[in-house]
Amino acid sequence: MNTKQNRIYLDYAATTPVDPRVLKAMMPYFSKKFGNTSSMHFFGSEPCQAVEKARQIMAQAIGASPEEIFFTASATESNNWALKGIASANKDKGKHIIISSIEHDCVLNSAQYLKSQGYQVSILSVDKYGMINLDELKGLIRNDTILVSVIHGNNEIGTIQPIDKIAKICKEAKVYFHTDASQSFTKIPIDVNQDNIDLMTASSHKIYGPKGAGFLYIRKGTKIDPLLHGGGHEMGKRSSTVNVPAIVGFGKAVELALADDQKKMAVSRDKIIKSILTKIPKSYLNGHPTQRLSNNINVRFDFVEGESVLMELDGYGIAVSTGSACSSPKLEPSHVLLACGLRHEQAHGSIRISLGRFTTNQEIAYLTKILPKVIEKLRKISPFKQ
Amino acid sequence: MAYSQKVLEHFRKPHNYGKIKDPSAVGKVGNVVCGDVMWLYIKVAKNKKGQEIIKDIKFETFGCTAAIATSSMITDLAKGKTLDEALAINKKEIVDSLGGLPPIKLHCSVLANDALAEAIYDYYKKTKQEIPADLEKKHQRITTEKDVVEEKYKDWTEMEEGHNNS
Repeated sequence: MNTKQNRIYLDYAATTPVDPRVLKAMMPYFSKKFGNTSSMHFFGSEPCQAVEKARQIMAQAIGASPEEIFFTASATESNNWALKGIASANKDKGKHIIISSIEHDCVLNSAQYLKSQGYQVSILSVDKYGMINLDELKGLIRNDTILVSVIHGNNEIGTIQPIDKIAKICKEAKVYFHTDASQSFTKIPIDVNQDNIDLMTASSHKIYGPKGAGFLYIRKGTKIDPLLHGGGHEMGKRSSTVNVPAIVGFGKAVELALADDQKKMAVSRDKIIKSILTKIPKSYLNGHPTQRLSNNINVRFDFVEGESVLMELDGYGIAVSTGSACSSPKLEPSHVLLACGLRHEQAHGSIRISLGRFTTNQEIAYLTKILPKVIEKLRKISPFKQ
Repeated sequence: MAYSQKVLEHFRKPHNYGKIKDPSAVGKVGNVVCGDVMWLYIKVAKNKKGQEIIKDIKFETFGCTAAIATSSMITDLAKGKTLDEALAINKKEIVDSLGGLPPIKLHCSVLANDALAEAIYDYYKKTKQEIPADLEKKHQRITTEKDVVEEKYKDWTEMEEGHNNS
């Protein structure tokens, strides 16, 4: 069934293919310009310059200075560093941090770890659209609060938080604000100075760059301890031999991504949402109707289970993802969907469709043709049906 | 995680799904682990030797690929068997017949196995036959688990049962 002519990737929020132009930019840095950026000789200087160029691209993209950009191996590392590094360096001021209930697992589990180390963690709730409440945040901030971390664009439901407003509250309370912008970086304009962001996480492989590269923006003067100690790379803050090809690729990826037409993407997104909700009875949109990542669709269907929807679509050559318990290694439904107030069975029947640079109108037409058939078939098998 | 070819075949073209109009008995079970639900309908008749056999069997399942595939497989395995033979079908037989299941999906085979046991229990109860001790014990466990899962799907179940009665 899964024939070669039909392979449609609609899981761009999971990861993206490396853009051929990115790959081309990376190639010289594997075998030819392979030097260690720490080396004094000319083998080291060329890759070093390339990395600094990439650093400038990142800085420019978010209105920061290059010396505020620290390359890491992943968004997971950046998020771990932000939470643990701030917690460690500021424990004299306090041991209280605030995160939202819809953070990525790497933020949730870092906070969980800090809890085991004697820190206190408060969790911000979200409304049915996945939006946090600013008044609740104000109420949670205490004298001993050292960090607030809220995800910018949610990876599952796509809801975009008003990070400028959150950051303003934090600034007034003199609390560091970190945002995980893994999904939103280059999709939504960010200016760390205008928006008062102290720390920000970004990832390469979500924007057609290679896997194995990310960065953490750290505002100058922020008290943070390193996560990785060693030879003093990245201005002494993040030791590890610099992954030159990946960082060069990340730089090229950002240049290209900033030129992407997000409005056009959002039009396709809304077209698909409308088609699904119109064609399929008892289907619902998860997440916010307008404050939403341009490429994110998350829908649920009564009476069917998400993993079986995913596998049935897989049979037609269409790749999506699901927040169903059945697809999770813990056999629990997505914490993000539950935080939005969905009941277990509603989360069970949710799928995420995420569009990308290479999504075509034909692919969209095929998806919207096949999906109603898939749901109809699975509902025939289900004991719950109309 | 990858499913076997056999699992995918049964998932994509499930055998014996749907309702039996006038079933002899029904087994309704829920999986506390992941929340999947399976309803199994059986029609019992006597064979030439006068033994009671599963003449027809159909399922309805709300669940993942593995849940649907195991549902389909158990109907194949049980069809035409005497009630004693059907009760002897175990999880391993279901899993082996499907060419294996990913470790995290092994609990799905329990659901199918339980549904069949419940249907036969329901049949014995309805026809006022003696219930074997181990089946009685199994029934107690399944009932406790089902209550947990049914609570989750209360709205849908009521909707469905209302629909059946109308």
